[in-house]
Amino acid sequence: MTAQQPGPAGPDGPVAALSIRGLAKRFGQKIAVDGLSLEVPAGSFFGIVGPNGAGKTTTLSMATGLLRPDFGTAVVHGVDVWARPLEAKRLMGILPDGVRLFDRLTGEQLVTYAGLLRGMDKDVVASRVGELLAALDLAQDAGTLVVDYSAGMTKKIALASALIHAPRLLVLDEPFEAVDPVSASNIRSILDSYVASGGTVIVSSHVMDLVQRMCDHVAVVAAGRLLAAGTVDEVRAGASLEDRFVQLVGGRSRTEGLKWLRTF
Amino acid sequence: MVAHLLRLKLTLLRNGLRRSPWQLVGMAFAGLYALGLVATLVLVLVLLRRADHELVQTAVVLGGAAAILGWGIIPVVASATDMTLDPARFTTFAIPMKQMLAGLALGGLIGIPGLATTLVALSTVVTWSRGVLPALAALIGAVLGVLTCIVLSKVVTTATASLAASRRFKDVSAIAFMVPLVLLGPIVAGVGRGISASAGFLPEFAQTVSWTPLGAPWAIAGDLDAGQPGQAALKLMISVAVLAGLAWCWKLLLERALVNPPYSGSGKRKGGKLGLFGLLPAVPAGAVMARSLTYWIRDPRYSGSLIVVPLLPVLLVFQGSQTGDFGTLAALAPLTAFILAWSISADVSYDNTAFALHLASGVRGVDDRLGRALACLAFALPVVLVFAIGHSAVSSDWAPLPGQLGLSLGILFTGVGLSSVVSARYTVAVPLPGDSPFKKPPGNVGQTLAVQFAGMGILFVLVLPEAALLVAQLVTGNSLFGWLNLAAGLLLGLGLLVAGVKLGGKWLDARGPELLAQVTVNR
Repeated sequence: MTAQQPGPAGPDGPVAALSIRGLAKRFGQKIAVDGLSLEVPAGSFFGIVGPNGAGKTTTLSMATGLLRPDFGTAVVHGVDVWARPLEAKRLMGILPDGVRLFDRLTGEQLVTYAGLLRGMDKDVVASRVGELLAALDLAQDAGTLVVDYSAGMTKKIALASALIHAPRLLVLDEPFEAVDPVSASNIRSILDSYVASGGTVIVSSHVMDLVQRMCDHVAVVAAGRLLAAGTVDEVRAGASLEDRFVQLVGGRSRTEGLKWLRTF
Repeated sequence: MVAHLLRLKLTLLRNGLRRSPWQLVGMAFAGLYALGLVATLVLVLVLLRRADHELVQTAVVLGGAAAILGWGIIPVVASATDMTLDPARFTTFAIPMKQMLAGLALGGLIGIPGLATTLVALSTVVTWSRGVLPALAALIGAVLGVLTCIVLSKVVTTATASLAASRRFKDVSAIAFMVPLVLLGPIVAGVGRGISASAGFLPEFAQTVSWTPLGAPWAIAGDLDAGQPGQAALKLMISVAVLAGLAWCWKLLLERALVNPPYSGSGKRKGGKLGLFGLLPAVPAGAVMARSLTYWIRDPRYSGSLIVVPLLPVLLVFQGSQTGDFGTLAALAPLTAFILAWSISADVSYDNTAFALHLASGVRGVDDRLGRALACLAFALPVVLVFAIGHSAVSSDWAPLPGQLGLSLGILFTGVGLSSVVSARYTVAVPLPGDSPFKKPPGNVGQTLAVQFAGMGILFVLVLPEAALLVAQLVTGNSLFGWLNLAAGLLLGLGLLVAGVKLGGKWLDARGPELLAQVTVNR
């Protein structure tokens, strides 16, 4: 594990919402995450940005108990995710990217299922499902099978499944992909009030603009390593987050020949 | 441009094989099977060269007509069309329509079905090499016939593309296709008997078919050989006109399809109906059970195996009526118990990455296992009981019933217990969610076979006590062994069921993330 330059900003609370120490994962020859450490302060709206293949999804999977790390630890509100997984998962709501849903259920059934799996009371689940579907503009399609949903609706129903048990930490991998602007701003206001009342949100995204406007903390990840972390203002250091990001990650790469394109 | 499309198809094929050596093995097996079939047909066609004219004409025309019909029907019904060169993927490229049609048509020839059809069709040239003219006519007929096959299948798949893209059609057609597949034996026997009963009628039938688009291209050579050039010319015209007509239809349909992509949305439906989730107890295991049962009904990969259950008695009764011995009906209940119990051994593989929800929610492994096992038992238990008791009622012989029940329930409970363990530890290659149950699944075929065979071997060992007691009852005729069997089936079976659920749950708790990583490989 290599020592990382600018370390994460010191957590202001006594216990960080999520504390990652030296997480590493190798897939065959490829090192996807290379000793990544990160502190997410409780009550923060934390953005993780990085180019495609930077290891964002792999890191978040390891931090949430979906993928066993080769090295390192992840601790959620003082509970070690890999030593006491069931306890840690009770504290987290997770929206993984690139996994399927049980899409032969209706939207309403899927969110209910997510609640019941967590051992919640039937009546509580029923009332929360109704409110969540209304808040995410899905009430009109509650009885439609998820397999017939559009990409954005699928994202929203997965988000509802992650929110149902009122977790203390929300880990959202690419939550705004394919979501229409109206729903996206609804989701943002839900998340804003959630953070205002003491919850912690971690989102990963490609959209720098969104992260700059929405988050108070940000971490820049590339090639499985942490390049910078801290409050958004610290990281962007006067420039826009997008410019700073390109500067950190290392400019644009040249494109290959694409010879077949010229054969017409 | 045509060459480019062909090269693209070849490259896609090669890269598909390169993904894993097991793909190559699968392709090799399919290739060997097709090769055997093709070799047989070619040999028959070569031997027919010396046969009687009417027989040859009948065989070639009817065989060719069946081939065209098959190319038209199978891609739609099996929803297993080869979509590597899906025209929709070329929408954004301004490829001239003529070249695109030619490229796609010739691309359709690459692949096992296309090559096999071409080879068999070309061997009719040997069959008709009784003179220069018939041989030449056979060559033209074969080319026209094969092209008709390809273009017809393209017309049909393009025309039904929006239909085939709708989930409901896919679900229904996959299940409907299961019925003739299971009943293949009786159907083939019935058709065979029908043909042998009306052998004299066949040449006349072939004569009629030869005037239709299905038979015309295959009849040209025969008519020339019989000294009827006028008829041959007419049939040549029919074939060319049909091919041109089909190509024109395909062009129109494709032009329309390229600017009107298939729309597969369905109406909005408000909520309020929780289905089984509202009925079953609101605890994690109950929720898993409700979800599994919903899938047994809604997911064609599950309901496809459910549809087999009512067909099993039909099959066994048919077999009995062929041999006059209905003894095999006694196997109905144990066989059904085995099929249903074993069907959940790939449950997590069927979930694919949706299993992440269970993992993220921190469901205890035992709850996961118990829910799935109860869902299977909820319908398997009544079905097995009905089949066992029904068998005794039909044969009005109640003496073997306790033994029957003992063995069947033993297999059912033990099998569900074993499946709970197997699916918690091993993944197998299954069709992905949303795919047709007949689609060749991606993934490791070798591991699938190993898991399946080892699992069945272990199940056989675990139900040996019940099997031994059944044999003892059959040999001695002592009904005490039957009652002992019932007790053993219930006690031993339920014991192993509980043990299986517990062990499976423990393994799932320990290795959940690894299991998710395994199913992630095949998404």
